[in-house]
Order: sequence, then structure tokens, then C-alpha cells
Amino acid sequence: MCSGVFVFSVLPRPRIPRMIAPLPQAGRRTPSAPRIPLMTVREKLRQKISAGFYWHGLLCASYPVPIILFTAVCILTCCYPLLKLPLPGTGPVEFTTGVRDYMVPPQEPSGDPGERPDWYRGPPVAYIQQVLVKAAVSPWDNRLVPVDAFRSPLGRVFSLLDEIRNHVHSDSSGVRSLEALCLQVTDLLPGLRRMQALLPEHGCLLVSPGNYWQNQRELFDSDPDLLRTVQQYEPKGLHTSATLKDLLFGVHGKQTGVSLNSRNRVVTYTITMALRHYDVRFLGSLRSRLKQLHPSANCSLREEHMVHVHFKEEIGVAELIPLVTTYIILFAYIYFSTRKIDMVKSKWGLALAAVVTVLSSLLMSVGLCTLFGLTPTLNGGEIFPYLVVVIGLENVLVLTKSVVSTPVDLEVKLRIAQGLSNESWSIMKNMATELCIILIGYFTLVPAIQEFCLFAVVGLVSDFFLQMLFFTTVLSIDIRRMELADLNRRLPAEAGMPPAKPGPLRPRETPPPPRPSPHTITLQTPAFRNLRLPKRLRVVYFLARTRLAQRIIMAGTVIWIGILLYTDPAGLRTYLAAQVSEQSPLGGAGLPHLAVAPVFPGGDPTGTLNVLPQADPTPALSENLSQGHAPPGISWGPEDEEGWRRLSYRHWPSFFSYYNITLAKRYISILPVIPVTFHVTPREALETRHPQDTRHAPPLQTDPSPNALPHGAPVQTDLTLYKVAALGLAAGVLLVLLLFCLYRLLCPRNYGQNGVQHGRRRRGDLPCDDYGYSPPVSEISPLLLRGHNMDIECLASDGMLLASCCLAGQIRVWDAQTGDCLTVIPNHGLRRCSSSGGWEHRDGWDAGAVTDLETLGGAEGQDAGGAGYPVRRRAAPSRPTLFGDQPDLTALIDTSFGQQPPSQAPSASSGFDFGGLVERAYLEHEPSVSPVFSAPPPQPVQRRRSLGDQPMAPTDWDSAVWALELRGNLIAAGRSSGKLELWDAVEGSLRCSNEDGVSGITALAFLNNRIVAARLNGSLDFFTVDINKPLGLLQYRGGPGRGSMPPSPCYSSDDVISCQLTRSVQCAHQKPITVLRAAAGRVVTGSQDHTVRVYRLEDSCCLFTLQGHSGGITAIYIDQTMVLASGGQDGAICLWDVLTGSRVSHVYGHRGDVTSLVCTTSCVISSGLDDLICIWDRSTGIKLYSIQQEVGCGASFGVISDSLLVTGGQGCVSFWDLNFGDLLQTVYLGASSEGQGVRQLVVLDNAAIVCDFGSELSLVYVPSVLEKLD
Amino acid sequence: MPRGNATASKALRPEAVPPRQGSYNAAIADQTANLAIRGLLLFLIGVFLALVLNLLQVQRNVTLFPPDGFASIFSSAWWVPPCCGTASAVIGLLYPCIDRLLGEPHKFKREWSSVMRCVAVFVGINHASAKVDFANNVQLSLTLAALSIGLWWTFDRSCSGLGLGFAIAFLATLTTQLLVYNGLFQYTSPDFLYVRSWLPCIFFAGVITMGSIGRQLAMYEYKVVQEKTHQD
Repeated sequence: MCSGVFVFSVLPRPRIPRMIAPLPQAGRRTPSAPRIPLMTVREKLRQKISAGFYWHGLLCASYPVPIILFTAVCILTCCYPLLKLPLPGTGPVEFTTGVRDYMVPPQEPSGDPGERPDWYRGPPVAYIQQVLVKAAVSPWDNRLVPVDAFRSPLGRVFSLLDEIRNHVHSDSSGVRSLEALCLQVTDLLPGLRRMQALLPEHGCLLVSPGNYWQNQRELFDSDPDLLRTVQQYEPKGLHTSATLKDLLFGVHGKQTGVSLNSRNRVVTYTITMALRHYDVRFLGSLRSRLKQLHPSANCSLREEHMVHVHFKEEIGVAELIPLVTTYIILFAYIYFSTRKIDMVKSKWGLALAAVVTVLSSLLMSVGLCTLFGLTPTLNGGEIFPYLVVVIGLENVLVLTKSVVSTPVDLEVKLRIAQGLSNESWSIMKNMATELCIILIGYFTLVPAIQEFCLFAVVGLVSDFFLQMLFFTTVLSIDIRRMELADLNRRLPAEAGMPPAKPGPLRPRETPPPPRPSPHTITLQTPAFRNLRLPKRLRVVYFLARTRLAQRIIMAGTVIWIGILLYTDPAGLRTYLAAQVSEQSPLGGAGLPHLAVAPVFPGGDPTGTLNVLPQADPTPALSENLSQGHAPPGISWGPEDEEGWRRLSYRHWPSFFSYYNITLAKRYISILPVIPVTFHVTPREALETRHPQDTRHAPPLQTDPSPNALPHGAPVQTDLTLYKVAALGLAAGVLLVLLLFCLYRLLCPRNYGQNGVQHGRRRRGDLPCDDYGYSPPVSEISPLLLRGHNMDIECLASDGMLLASCCLAGQIRVWDAQTGDCLTVIPNHGLRRCSSSGGWEHRDGWDAGAVTDLETLGGAEGQDAGGAGYPVRRRAAPSRPTLFGDQPDLTALIDTSFGQQPPSQAPSASSGFDFGGLVERAYLEHEPSVSPVFSAPPPQPVQRRRSLGDQPMAPTDWDSAVWALELRGNLIAAGRSSGKLELWDAVEGSLRCSNEDGVSGITALAFLNNRIVAARLNGSLDFFTVDINKPLGLLQYRGGPGRGSMPPSPCYSSDDVISCQLTRSVQCAHQKPITVLRAAAGRVVTGSQDHTVRVYRLEDSCCLFTLQGHSGGITAIYIDQTMVLASGGQDGAICLWDVLTGSRVSHVYGHRGDVTSLVCTTSCVISSGLDDLICIWDRSTGIKLYSIQQEVGCGASFGVISDSLLVTGGQGCVSFWDLNFGDLLQTVYLGASSEGQGVRQLVVLDNAAIVCDFGSELSLVYVPSVLEKLD
Repeated sequence: MPRGNATASKALRPEAVPPRQGSYNAAIADQTANLAIRGLLLFLIGVFLALVLNLLQVQRNVTLFPPDGFASIFSSAWWVPPCCGTASAVIGLLYPCIDRLLGEPHKFKREWSSVMRCVAVFVGINHASAKVDFANNVQLSLTLAALSIGLWWTFDRSCSGLGLGFAIAFLATLTTQLLVYNGLFQYTSPDFLYVRSWLPCIFFAGVITMGSIGRQLAMYEYKVVQEKTHQD
């Protein structure tokens, strides 16, 4: 048998035109365009757009690196203006001006905006004047105890306070005191009642450490334990930054030196006053007076700059929650979107590219907006998720899908170009729609929405730009990588096959076509899949299966976000800190609610004017001077200049917030500090010592364990650090766990991972296609129809019902919609005679099915009790015996025959094989039945054999069902004994039978009311089915909502059906008829005698005898459009013109028999014994490509639509894009189905597929994932 | 369509799914369990969204320094989030049910990413109603109405969704109104016929969103049932 790839014509397959031609899905999107001119304009536009995209795709794929570079440059250029913007965040912003020529900035922005930030307008909330006091006991005396180091220095604060309060400056413009200038505050916030004792109310905002003692020296002096007083307001747990201590001392807690173990025994604190008005002269006089009173010897502070600190709007945790929610939704959106990127080399790379595209387009939009002077006033962090959602990742995904679905054999350039141009129209349309929506939003005239829309428009355009340049290029690189990897992997598979050389049969010398030769898509065989993989690969597969990397990255991201949230200056930490600092004093209970100590005890500042005369300070001064020849303890450095910088961000906001003054979007001006130095003599320190001081704190020198205390503080801070870290970690872990739980909840597909088998598990260990990728299984879940005990031999369907017959002779009828088993027609003789365990088991099954039937059948089964099932009393072998007249059909033996039990093999071989051959004849799409059953002439019908009146002939020995047909409610079964039986599909009762022939029926065709049976001896019998029932009583099965298929005529149970042999063509063929097809009023038979005959159905007249095959005919296809194709044992496929009987084309496609043939409008699909499915161009006869099937599954394929091919494999069915040869999806039929191959496959009218699958049937609905194809 | 057919017929004749009694019971139990899980999930989502969105609304009138951040989450009446949760569970179960009854399964953009997008837009609508300063309330209402209809058009496009959305939005507004009349509930400042005029829009968008989530979850359930019944 010669074979070879025969190339018929040199015409290249037209690829480019297909790109321009209207695509099916695009056509679907524009459902009706009745007006022709509009249509043409649209079409023109579309063609232009798709052509433009095509060339663009070519360009991108040709020069990837320059284009990516160019894009990067573009992004950077557009993002350049962003550098000028302040970094996002809520940290304060500073602006420094000189003190000398300070003027309150005008409310309106002046002409010189260059230096000034735009917030620097109008007066500040307050001017902060700090008096920085450094005090020390010097020289240090051995008699002193550690408490002495800060008791008397702290005590000095009260006199200093008095000085400041009572300072009055008088000049020509009047007399001013602090009271007139300072910021008057009212009540504390109601939540801060516990602080009433410590913070001033109803008066000047002036704080100092003296507030601990209500600004009363007596309380201070009588306080036995100063440290406790200070510490009792400190938070117990977390060491935080905006504590009361910081607030009152005005310097960072560690700097104060108020502790028992301070190194240099210098106490530092400030008196902080908030001024409403800035009066240069008053402040100058205060400064000079304090300096004069308490000079700082080596102070070199430059008092030239005042710092204006602007605070942004702060986001509390409460406001953060919606934000976090939107971000979570955003991440979920990105996750679910990128999950859809399929069939590329690096899924994550592409997902990253997609995210980068969206992000950088947003950055670009912001940059461009700032470039053109549109400063963003919106909170960027808030609108960002919405922008991402508006811009979306859809285009990117669509692009990827489209490119991936182009034929793999094309060049990468062309693939990209084609994919782009395929989607060009929809992309442009989507973009236009989005732009329109956003423009509508622009006309809402709400400033915030307008701004959002502006951003979104710019973002959309830049996103489009990036998609077209950046993402397309990345995609092309990815596809190219895939191609390489693909080639590497595919090479050995092709090398293993014998080279497909053009055989000697080539009738014409044709030059090889310029296009690449048709390639073969090879599915890895399951045996291959189950090979022990190398360890490295197994690790990779494990990673892929468990998605470890993905999950780790997810967890990492979550932790990172958590950390970010925690460390954000306005985020959780400060919030926690604030919380803690506010709440922990509550823990230190027992604080007596003291009355508020007014800052001005006298109430009238003028009354105290004379307390301190102006020219009096000489004694103190001289004392200080005489004592302090620059004592080593006190030194002033530049770090003291702006000591407030070491305070927390929230120091000033929380300071003011206690009085319900917000600093958000406002600023304060911090004036240069006034340095004050105190030197306290040891004598003074001893005098002010409280009697309990010595008891509480032993002298440092006599401390038995001197190391214990000095290390206490650092250890404590370390501990707090660890606590913070532990808390953060715990929070992160909790968050991860929470998200994980949510994930598990939301994706219940994972619920069965603990041992239960299901679809998802298989993705990792069964890489199905040669890209190492198996598409998601979840889209399709097959329905398994169980019930047969042996392998299924025949399948027939009319779209609503499905009839199957197994080797045991049992016929089952299923509802093709739901997969319910409606009827069981058992082979009773078989059941009765053999009582092995297996059959007993089947008995139980049948009983169950019967009860099911009766419970569900209702009206249908009303007389089932009476009629019951046909009873045939026979004691016959379960297997058909050999026929004497059987020809040698070993060439037709199915290769999967080895699955049969060996004991039955010799006797059943030819019969079974014949059945297998015959059933192939029923694979193809049946032509739709005319809805109205052609009514038989009303004539008295005599029932030949029916159940009720006459039992079966006992002489009829049991025989196997070789052919099965189903129309309406009737099942026509052709038996090996030559008997034709008509069964009621719903009731399972035998309606009539015909035993005119003796030779086995090899093939049946049931069209309208005619049945054509082909027999083993080559004769062809035409039967007519008659019903003695008026036309009007015809019932139609199927409810109104059951779909669009024409309802089949229904035979009610009381009809009398007869089946008459109208004509028998005795010698239709010289050899057994192998194939029988009927459609469009024609009956076509193919036989072992190398000929195909065409009969007219009405009069059984032979129209043509088609000769051209050099082997027996094994496959025939004919449909309503009179397309006739035949395939033979020689591997040849012929296309015929049914009207003239001439051969249209003739190709050799297979090594071995052609087992199945299907034609679509554009191509011919054939399968052969070589397990190869070939797709041919119907008009030119050129082989487009071929698909290597698994062994034994070669013949199982079907065409669902013009572009969707489904093939069977070992335990799975695969969906292919017919136009491009792309594997779309693989559906696994069952869990334990490795070895079972799909041997038959029937496509039903409602786009479902029925596969014979060992002893089971599998009903698969065509997936929704293929929506682009239908 | 074929799938939907299967869904429909399966729903109509659930007893015919498995041939054996045991697995039939299992399937029923399975279905109810799935229903319960779905309802619970929807309830949780509803409660969560109610809390978060209520927070958004509360923030508008709150000082910058909420002294008790977490407490303000629960600042409104305690029964509001459970009510929202229950309502969302009902809506989320109602939508697939009605789809099934009508026999036309919702297939437009049936994927999680689209649902997420829908939720994000819903939150965005709330955000806009809470944060954006509109010139007057008519503008606010009109904008929100346009946004809500846009939401429906973008993510739903089914007549049943539209009708149910309108009906539930109307009912919910009525209920809220009754509550307000009875003094159980209070707005900060009613602006239009004693109703915050944005309320129906928010309700409508919420119904569409929850319906979308419910439909998506129902798809899972259907698949799970199928897988389970045909595993044994």
C-alpha cells in the first residue's frame, strides 16, 4: 500500500487575506448593519485599522530591542516631571527662611513662586518658640546622689517660667507681654480628660517640664520621686515617639538626661510656647533678656533661620481601611486577570509586563499632566486603584490571546502581526468607548471628577501607546522564546517518525510549495507522560503544581505591604503609638484629678510686671560666671539648633491636636531656639534635695552593680524594638493566614486536595500539550454516563436522545441534555444464561435503573408494567458465532483490540471489528432530520411482530448489535443475525422487528421514515417504517425551553409500527458493504470492492458507481450540501461531485486505512489508522497540517463548528482551533482513565460531545472558553 | 446555551442526576451545603463592604483626628452591617436563581477579574459619593445614577439584573425611609424629600455588584456539584 504526502497544487495557503477578511467574531460583534454605505465605511475603516495594526505588529516583532529602548526612553521622559513633585506621603515638608527679613507671607501667591512652596501662604497656625535649657550640677560632688543631677536643674524651670511669663516689652507701639501674643487655647479634646492636669487649658499654650507639677514649685519640692512622676505618664509597652514626656520636655526623651544614669549629668529641656503673632521686638527682647540672665558660654548657635513646617493631610487608620480595601480589590483584579494569560512561554514575565504597562502608563499620565501644568490635587494613592481598574488589563489579555491563537507554524513576526490585526477592531472600539465614557464624565463639571477623567484619558492614551509598543514587543520576544523551546522539544518527536517522503504515486511533478511544509502537531502519549522524569524536572513540576513560587511571592507581597503600612509615617505605627500614648496613662491609675494649674497664676500679667526688675540679674550672672569656666558638662553644638527635628513627625500635630487644632494642610513656623544655661552648685543641689531622694536612689559610686543600671535603658529599648518586630511579624502572619483562608474559600476547587482526585490536580503532572502547558480544566467538566458493563460498541444520537450499545448487547438510552439514563434494554438471554458475578452485578444495576425509570417515567411508563421488557427465552452463547460467509476483514481490525479479554478474541474478532468499523460510520454529524415525520399513507397495517400479541421467536438465537440508529423515539438496531429491530427509546419495548434478511446488518441509515440496511453479503435493503396513526396526533417531544433543535416526531406507545422491506438490492456490491451514509435524499455505500455507490433514497435507484479507490472503502462523508468524500484502505481520500459523479480531487493522506472523514465548508478532515488526523484544504487539496493522535484513538474526532475540532485521546478529549491548529483545551474525562482511549466520538446537535470511553460514555459540553470561536 | 440548558433541566429535575439513591442524597446534601457556603460567603462580603463603606461615609463628618479609629467603624447602628450582609446574601442567591428560572444563564463577562472590577467600581462610586465635593445634590444624584447605570451596562447587561436592581433599590430606599420615619435611623442631613438622594443609586450599584458576585459563586457551585456527582 503506497502512501505519502501528496501535494496537489502549488498555491500557497492564503494567509494575509484571512487577516483582512472579516473575522467571525468581529462579525458577531457587529450583528446587523443593514445599510450598505455604512457597512462599507465601517469595513473600510476596519480594513485600514487592521492593516495598520498588521504592519505595526511586523515592525514590533522585527525590531524588538530598539522599540523597547525607545519605549523606555519615552516612559522616562514622561516621568521626568515627576521628580519635581514631592514624594507621595504625609511626612511634613519644610521651608526655611531668614529671621531678619521675615514677613508674614501674603495670602495670595505673589509673583515669585520660584522658591516658595505653594503652601507657604498666609500666617502659620502658630509660631513655635522654644527656650532650650541645659542645666547641670557642676562641679560634681561625691556627696551627691544621682537624683541630684536633675532635681535642682529641673527646679530651675519654675523661675525661668516666671521670667518668661512676666517678660514685658514696651516701646513706642505699646506694651506687649506673652499673654497678648501667645496662642490661646481652650478645652482639651474630650478624650483627653486625663491629661487635664498636665496640659494647659484656657490660656496660653506654653508647656514645660513644670507642667508635671502643675507649674508649682511647692509640688515639685514635695515630690518624693521625680522620676516616677515623669514616668507614670509614659506608655508601658511600646516605646513611642510622641509621648507626653517628649511633649513637655520638648526634646527627645533620651536627650533629657532626666534619669539616674545619665552620663554627663546634663539636663536638657525646653519651654515651648506657641505664639499666634510674630512680634520681632518682643521676641528679641525676651531672647536678649534670657541670654543675659543665663548666658551660655560657648554657645555658637546661629539664630538666623526660622523653619516653616507644612503638614499634609493625615490619614488615620479609619481612613486607611477603605483604601486598603480598594487595594485588595485591585490586587485581586490583577491576580484574576493575569491568571488568564495562557499558553505563553513565561506567564509571569508577561503578567509582569502587563502590570508594568499599566503602572508606567499611570506614571506617564501623571508626568504628562504635571508637564502641562496640571498639578494633581487629588490624593494619588486614593484614586490609583480606580485608575488601574478603569484602564484595565483587558486589552493586554485580549492581545495575548489573539497572538497565541495564531497558527504556530507561522513566523513570529507574522504571528504577532496577525494577532494584532485580528484584535485591532475590538481594541480600537473598546478604547473609543472608554474615551467616550470618560469624556462624558468630564462634563459632569465636578472638579474632582474632571480631574480624574483628565488623568484617565491621558492614562488611557499612554496605556494604548505602551500596549502597542512595549507589550507587543515583549510578547513577540516571549513567543519567539516559546518557538525555540518548542522546536527543541518537538524535534525528537518528529525524528521518531518515518520521513514523509513524496511517494512514487505523485502524478505531477510539482515544485515544492514555498510555504513551510504542513507540520504535525504531536501530542505526547500518556506512556510518555508517565515516564519517570528526571529529578530536576520533577522538582520543577512540583513547583509548578503547588505554585510555590507564586504563593511565596504573594505572601512576600502581603508582608511587604504590611511592613510598608507599618512603617509609613502616617500609617499604623504612629497610629498605634498615638493610641498607646493616649491610653496607657489610664493604666497608671490612681492619678488624682487635679485642678488645672493656670499658666498665669496671677491672672493679670501687668500685676507681676515689677517682680523682676530689668537690671537685676547681675548676682546670678556673676555667680554663674564665677563658677562656670566652661564646665565640661554643658556644651552647645549645632545639633541643638534644631533639636525638634529629633522629635517624631507627629509631635507638633499631636501637640495641637490635643486642642482640636489641625495642622493638616497648614504649617507652623519654628523660631530659632533661645539657649539658656544653668549651672547649679553642689550646695544648691544639696539644699533642694528631697529627703527621700537618697533612700530611693543610692549614689552611683556605691552601687554594688554599676553595670546593671546603665545597661537597663538600652536593653529596654532593644526589647521594645523586638516587641515591635514580633508584633509586626505576627500581624503579617495573621494577614497571610487570613488571605489564605479567603483564597481557599473563594476557590473551592482546591477543596479536594487532600487526596480526592479531581481536575486541577492533573494539571501539574500531566502536561498535555507540547508547550508544557495544559489549559485550565475547570471550564469543562464532563458528565460520565455509567451503566454499561462492557465496552461500548455502537453509539447513535438524534440530538435529544442518545443510544448506546455495549458488547454485552445491552442498549441504554440517555438524555443527551442531562445525561440521565432513560431506558435500559437488556439482553435478557444473555443475562439469564450466564450467572457469573459480573452479570449478577449488572442485574442489580438494571433493577435500579428500572425503578428509576418507573419513578421518573410517569405517564411515559404507564403501560410499562403490562408490557414490561421483551422477554426472549434463549440459551445462547453471549458471543456471536462465526459466519460462514465472512470475508477476510482482518485489515479492518481495530488496533485497540487488545483491550478485549483474550478468551473472547478469537470468536469475536471479526464481528467486533466490523462493529467498530460500522460505528465509525455514525460518528459524523447527522444531517438534521426534517421536523415533520413524513406521514405514512393511512392504510391498514398489520403488525408483524410486536410485543403484546406475539412473543419472540424462540428460535432466534442471540446476536450482537452491529449497527444502531436513533430517530425520534425509535431505535433501529441491526443485529449480526440480520434482524432489524425497532425499539421504543423511552419505554424500552420492542416495537417491531424484521427478519427478512439473514446476513448480518453492518450499517444502518435511518432517514425520515426509511431505514436502509447494508448487509454483510453486500446487499442493501430499504425498509419503510409505517405508523397507523393520523398526522394530527403526532406529538412532539421536548419542552419549549429546551433549545433550538427541531423536535423529533414522537411515536406514542399505542401506535402500531411496522417495518416493511420495500426493496432489496441484492447485489449492491460484490463484497461486504462497510460504510453506509444517507443525506440529502441520497444513500451512499462504500464497500470492500473498492467502489462507492450512490442511491436515491426514494426509489432505491443506483445513480452512480464511483470508482477511483485502489482499496476497500472505509469512510464516507456526505451532508446536506451534497458534498461527498470517501476514504479507502489505500489511504486515499476522494472528493466527488454527487450531481455528476465525477471525482473532484484525490489525495493520499494516510499510511493505512482512512478511518473517518468529515468535511467543513473550507476543509476536509480525515483520520487514518496511522493515528494521524489530517486537515486538508477542501478547494485546493493541500494538506494544511496534521495532528498526531494517540494510539487507538485515531478515528475519534468530530467537528463542532466550522472552526472547532474535537479529538479523542487517552482518557481525554482535546479541542482544537481548526483554522490554526491550536490546541485550545484538553478535558480529562475521568480520574482513573489513563489507559482508556476514546474510540468513538459523536458530536450532538447541541454542541455536546459524546465519547465512548471504555464501558462508559462521557458527555462533554463545549466549553464557554471558546466563545471567540462560536 | 447548551450548558445553560443542562443547568436548567438539571435544576428542574434534580432527582434524575445520579442513578443511585445514596449519591442522590449526597448530591442534595451537597447542594444545600453549597448553598449555605455561598450564603455565608455573600453575607461576609456584605458585612465587610457595609462596614468599609459606612466608614467612608462617616469620615466625611469626622475630625481629622479620630480619637477612636476602630470604634468609628462601628459608629452606626449595630444592626446595619448584619442587615446589609443578609440583604447581600439574599441578592447574591437570588440572581443565579432567577437566571436559572428564566433559563438564560448570565454569560456576559463571567469571570473573576470582571467581578473584581465591578466591586472596585462599586467602591469607587461610594468613594465618589463620600469624598468628592459636588456643587449641589442634583449633580451628585445625576452623576451617581449615571455611574450606576454605567456599572450595569459594563458588567451585567441583563434585563433581569436591571429589573431586580431597580426593584431592590426601590424597596431598600423605602425601607430606609420607613426606618427614618420611625426614628430608628438617622441621616446626617436629608436633602431630598427626607432622603439622601444618592441612596437609591448606591443601592442599585450594590445590588448589581452583589448579583455579579453571587452569579460567579453559583458557577463554582454548579461545577463543584457536577464534579462531585460524577466522581464516584
